Amino acid sequence: MLFQPAIIALLLASGVAVAMLAAAAPFAVQVIRQWDIASGSERQLQLERRTYLFSTLAAFVMTVQLIALLLFVFNADRMSVMFVGAMCAVGTLNVNAWGFPALIAQMAVFFLAATWLAVNHVDTRAPDYPLVRIKYALLLLLLPALAFAFGLQLKYFLGLKADVITSCCGSLFSGDAKGLAAEVAALKPAPAMLLFYGAIAVSAGLTFAHARTRRYGYAAAAASAGAFAATLVGVLSFVSLYIYEHPNHHCPFCILKPEYGHQGYWLYVPLFAATAAGLGVGALQPFRRVASLREVLPTVSRRLASIAAIGYLLVAMIATYFVLQSNLILIGH
Amino acid sequence: MIELKSIRKAFNQGRPNEFWALNGIDLTIEAKKVTAFRGPSGSGKTTLLTIVGCLARPTSGRVRLAEDDISGLPERFLTDIRRSTFGFVFQQFNLIKGLSALDNVMLPAFPTGRPHRELRERSESLLDRLKLAHRREARVEWLSGGEQQRVAIARALVNDPKVLIADEPTANLDTALSREFMGILENLNAEGRTVILTSHDPLVVESAAVHRVVSMRDGRLTED
Amino acid sequence: MNAWIEKQRHLIDFTLASLARRRTKNLGLLLVYALLVFVLASVALYTHALRQEAARVLERSPEVILQRMVAGRHDLIPPGYLERIGRIRGVQQIEGRLWGYYYDPVVKANYTFMAPAAEQVKAGTLVVGPAVARSRGLAPGNTISFRAYSGKLFAFTVAGVLPHASELVSADLVLMSEADFRAFFEYPAGHHTDIALSVANPLEVRTVAAKLAAALPDSRPILREEVLRTYASIFDWREGLMLALLSAAIFAFAILAWEKASGLSAEEKREIGILKAIGWETGDVIKMKLWEGGLISLTAFLLGFVAAYVQVFRFGAPLFEPVLKGWAVLYPRFELVPAIDGLQVATLFFFTVFPYMAAVLVPIWRAAITDPDSAMRS
Ligand SMILES: Nc1ncnc2c1ncn2[C@@H]1O[C@H](COP(=O)(O)OP(=O)(O)OP(=O)(O)O)[C@@H](O)[C@H]1O
Ligand SMILES: [Mg+2]
Repeated sequence: MLFQPAIIALLLASGVAVAMLAAAAPFAVQVIRQWDIASGSERQLQLERRTYLFSTLAAFVMTVQLIALLLFVFNADRMSVMFVGAMCAVGTLNVNAWGFPALIAQMAVFFLAATWLAVNHVDTRAPDYPLVRIKYALLLLLLPALAFAFGLQLKYFLGLKADVITSCCGSLFSGDAKGLAAEVAALKPAPAMLLFYGAIAVSAGLTFAHARTRRYGYAAAAASAGAFAATLVGVLSFVSLYIYEHPNHHCPFCILKPEYGHQGYWLYVPLFAATAAGLGVGALQPFRRVASLREVLPTVSRRLASIAAIGYLLVAMIATYFVLQSNLILIGH
Repeated sequence: MIELKSIRKAFNQGRPNEFWALNGIDLTIEAKKVTAFRGPSGSGKTTLLTIVGCLARPTSGRVRLAEDDISGLPERFLTDIRRSTFGFVFQQFNLIKGLSALDNVMLPAFPTGRPHRELRERSESLLDRLKLAHRREARVEWLSGGEQQRVAIARALVNDPKVLIADEPTANLDTALSREFMGILENLNAEGRTVILTSHDPLVVESAAVHRVVSMRDGRLTED
Repeated sequence: MNAWIEKQRHLIDFTLASLARRRTKNLGLLLVYALLVFVLASVALYTHALRQEAARVLERSPEVILQRMVAGRHDLIPPGYLERIGRIRGVQQIEGRLWGYYYDPVVKANYTFMAPAAEQVKAGTLVVGPAVARSRGLAPGNTISFRAYSGKLFAFTVAGVLPHASELVSADLVLMSEADFRAFFEYPAGHHTDIALSVANPLEVRTVAAKLAAALPDSRPILREEVLRTYASIFDWREGLMLALLSAAIFAFAILAWEKASGLSAEEKREIGILKAIGWETGDVIKMKLWEGGLISLTAFLLGFVAAYVQVFRFGAPLFEPVLKGWAVLYPRFELVPAIDGLQVATLFFFTVFPYMAAVLVPIWRAAITDPDSAMRS
């Protein structure tokens, strides 16, 4: 199955990203060991110039990973015609044990890269670059994560065999199936709505509070992670039903299909942006007492929190819109 | 205004061809005055200007700008200071060929994100002041040497810097144009701008517009 | 925020001006870039159109086809099999089909001879596919003779030519009456080539197939969804193989992009030095150069993609047809239905823009770290 164009593209993208970061790694080590901001030596000037390359590389990798994430899901959906039993991306991802881990790793890499960029952003705004060593140590940690995601993807694609009979969203998310996803899907709409709107309210509230008062940074980040999970639960247990107008079709991927007007993207894009921003707020908090960041960090952190707050409100509004314009009635009036 | 303390600058540090272009400079440059550096070729005048103008960092020593120590600042912050505090006029004028005079004048303000219209008006009024209004759409390579220099001056002023730095500004000009240039300098100084320049030209260093002449040799100051 | 947008506008302005100033240098790269996009997009658009076409054709074919196997090879269905299948729940219609291949030595091509179930074609006449009509220069009313495998010569009158739509499958088709078919191929009476079953509910197809296999153990049911799956993977595979072969070209292009981006002229170096001296930051120069790469990519992508679209859907992909279609000597000449697919555009992006940007990243950075004090010395 390796000769599928989209698969080659995905492997190319993550392979190149890994190779780029790997090639940059020795320089990151050099920065960690030899950085001395007070020095005017030529070596120090060299190191400073290199930091521009790293920032650009990391931003590039993150952009590519984001597009790759979309392509990955998109392609999984398209390839479902090739597997017996697959109707959408879920079936394709289920063909072997590596599909969902690869997807989750891809998302994790995206969020890691986003938080790194947040840290990088504040650091470059303080004249003494106080986080340089931490930043490059984190970059070195990003490399194995990226390589791991690449490995999972490779394993998954190599293991795609056309003769496998896979199980799709119908069985994975049905009431009588086992597993976390099925249990989540089996959640009654009313408690799921409560959870979803509750989590969104908490995270939007906390991020908004952080944007106003500079406090609750960690709580806002934790709430963002929670809201991410709660939104996925909400999509599984009720939003998808309203979109499909079908009381038993719980699938977080079919809503991306053209049959349903690609409506899922309207939900997922703000969700990912808001969560990345919210996690960014959390990533910045440990450094808020660094002397030279006293001024800069709260500004950036508050801006990120505002983005997160707006993002979550958008998610809630869009989900509500899907529910209201649907012909399906799940909860009696 | 600008205070230099034991400034040293090495090129090719740690290599066999290591060369110390500046060797312990202590100097205070006063605000709102015209200061000129003079000295034989290779004495380090240009190198010193690059350090004063935040184009380069000293290998060791301290630079203070209006009480702030800026010697350890990374390039990113030096650039901010350079953009807002210093305007440069180079010996070869260093205009960008193929662009009009007006476009060249606007260039230093691009990274600031100033609104286009405001920037354009500012640039036009500067060209106007330097009697170049009629040439503003002309490509810079069609301009005469004197005109090119006036475009370069307008460009140096577009971000309204406090300090104007000129390296050998009259080397490519004849006597009449050099006089004109000194006249412009005098005006700018009269507006309250600090001017720092280097020159071999007696017309410049002996001009009444220059308040102080600093002599250099082999990377050191020799008292004037 | 406004300042940020204004700044990007300034950077784009500057980039456009500098691209225009170095027109000749950039034109070469742009052309190569657009050519690469053109080739890849042609492959992608063409296979996608074929895939669509195949899917459309198969839509009309029966859900299940039953073949008898003798010694592992496809054999004729003997009389009585239709009755033995009897009634299976969910099967709407069962019919025995008659078809076979005929090699025409005159044009050195294979035709598919077929006897439709209902007596649509009168004895002694033929209805031919458009490709057959074209290659043998046939029009309704003409007579044509074929020498059967037995050596006997048969003459037929052409009663009609099949319509162009879905030419991919019907192009090489020759329809004749059952009696003519049996006489021509000396086909034993009562025998059929295979059996077609139509099943209304897609969920029942597999049970029907299982029942068939149980009732007639010497037979093999072929499911339409399986064929569809095979086609899909064959087309994707062909496309993927083409891309893999073209990867050498992509790689060469990336190297070219790298070379072009690193080989800054002295003039460009001087410009960057000046920009930095007058207050541009390294990051600003990088952004400006990224905009440059982005604009070049966008232009090349649009140019190449539009050219490919025109080539494939206006002119029927004359450049790549032989490689990509290649399943019969007789190439059907059919109208491809224009279709653009988001996944393909995204994939195409990864094969062109991504290698380009990855290749120019380091050279851009190298150019951007030019010493600002270099402007003072020249
Ligand atoms: N990038 C460099 N690498 C090595 N040596 C350099 C570099 N830049 C300048 N130098 C050396 O430093 C010394 C001082 O140069 P600088 O340009 O400051 O002299 P200057 O006083 O401006 O001379 P002039 O009057 O000719 O302009 C010179 O000997 C020069 O060769
Ligand atoms: Mg000099």
